[in-house]
Amino acid sequence: MRITWWFRKNLIRVYMILGFTYLFIPVAYTFAFSFNNGGKSNLVWKGFTLGNWQNPCGAPDVCVALGNSIRVGVISTVLATILGTLIAFAIGRHQFKGRSTINTLIFLPMATPEVVLGASLLAMFLNLGINPGFWPVVIAHVMFCISFVVVTVKARIASLDPRLEQAAMDLYANEFETFRKVTLPLVAPGIAGAALLAFSLSFDDFIITNFNSGTLTTFPKFVYVASARGIPPQANVIGSAMFFLALFIVIAGQLVSRRKAR
Amino acid sequence: MALLHAAGSKVSSLKEKRSLLPYLLLAPGILWLFAFFILPIVNLAQTSTQTPLANGDTGSYEQTFRFANYIDAFVDNKEQFSRSFIYAFLATALALAIAYPLAYGIAFKSGKYKNLLLVLVVAPFFTSFLLRTIAWKQILGEEGPVISVFRGLHIIGQNTSLTASAFAVVTGLTYNFLPFMTLPLYASLERIDPRTMEAAGDLYANAFTTFRKVTLPLSLPGVVAGTLLTFIPAAGDYVNAAILGNPNTKMLGNVIESRFFKIVDYPTAAALSFTLMTAILVLVTIYIRKAGTEELV
Repeated sequence: MRITWWFRKNLIRVYMILGFTYLFIPVAYTFAFSFNNGGKSNLVWKGFTLGNWQNPCGAPDVCVALGNSIRVGVISTVLATILGTLIAFAIGRHQFKGRSTINTLIFLPMATPEVVLGASLLAMFLNLGINPGFWPVVIAHVMFCISFVVVTVKARIASLDPRLEQAAMDLYANEFETFRKVTLPLVAPGIAGAALLAFSLSFDDFIITNFNSGTLTTFPKFVYVASARGIPPQANVIGSAMFFLALFIVIAGQLVSRRKAR
Repeated sequence: MALLHAAGSKVSSLKEKRSLLPYLLLAPGILWLFAFFILPIVNLAQTSTQTPLANGDTGSYEQTFRFANYIDAFVDNKEQFSRSFIYAFLATALALAIAYPLAYGIAFKSGKYKNLLLVLVVAPFFTSFLLRTIAWKQILGEEGPVISVFRGLHIIGQNTSLTASAFAVVTGLTYNFLPFMTLPLYASLERIDPRTMEAAGDLYANAFTTFRKVTLPLSLPGVVAGTLLTFIPAAGDYVNAAILGNPNTKMLGNVIESRFFKIVDYPTAAALSFTLMTAILVLVTIYIRKAGTEELV
């Protein structure tokens, strides 16, 4: 009996190690090959170098693409976070008619394949005589990020203890003060999480972007086009740097909220 | 009396304000979704029944309400159609098999490292998914380390490749959407009160029976959400098939993409998109009905 218990307990452990290894193999590969002295095509290991990290913009156009992705990501994140948070507050804190219609409208973009979202938006832009490019991409990214923001912020609002707001009202705070001093600070981590999610969705999107970007290159588009003839190691540098940056932000955020909770 | 009346009117005006506020909060975001999600879908439906202009340039079409476009598009691409759903189904099943024990371990067996492990599940997301897919292509490819080991151990034949195959496309899809499966599973497992499992043990259920009768049913909402979040994007994906596949593993997404960009055949692309969306929505609705969960978002 004890042996089966031991086995059961450790079977899960062993399994988890295998699962995480599987998840991280391509990440580790990308990181390792960011140090490859491989020149333009990064297919075979040709020796260790720090050169790619010292000069991440060394490959032609890679930093132009990165800059575009960051610009699109920041604008889309700000807009989607504002619009989505407003909707989340309406759903989470107010009674109104048509709630189920609104919920369906929020759910539908998440249940629609990206290729359909991208193709339909491009078809409409073409019909209206709008050329694909920077703003069509931003419009598309805001559209598919809103639902994810709503879901994330709504979950945070739902987890709040309503007694905290009642206590503020009991202490003669008016509605606006209660919102500003109690509700908003409590929901803020949810909004921050939603913004991070929106940025990573936008930054990593390829399919919808590819339909609506025209000649604009974003980082994923650069990688996709380059993959035909070999991806420069600088792309691996940028991918790895984004990975560590995001990991740092998430862990720092958790530490801050844990300290606040104390 | 007058005072009371004034107080009453103040309350009612507050109520009015309150009833208007949610609509003001909803308006900007909902208008955005209406203009850039609903209208394009309507427009897509319209485009799907257009036909080429007589003697017109390539890419010019007129509205003729030719619904036979759907039949033509489906008949021409029924292979890619069924392939999309088979691959997506296989990838979803594999992802469920991999993610369930992983989520279970994080929820119940990882103590104070729970949050860290949860971050690690999402972390691969932050390296561009294209870079990771291409990394798989190179790891499994002819110059990669895996293939020589597999051939040396005679696990696969000397002339068999791991990349450019249906196997590679399905594993790529599985890998890509694994976090989408793991997170909802974790969320529903984590909510289970461990005392329910202890109670099953106290009532002489063995570990397997406890899992089958208590843990699994309680985690069903997570299974439903996770399988949907994996199946839907997998069915519409074309990047994995383009990078890891060969011409015989093309999915519907690849057809839509090439109809749009290479052949500028907008009506067929629109008809295929619409069919794909409808098929997915129908499957999702049946699935949710069967699984009996309404609360998804």
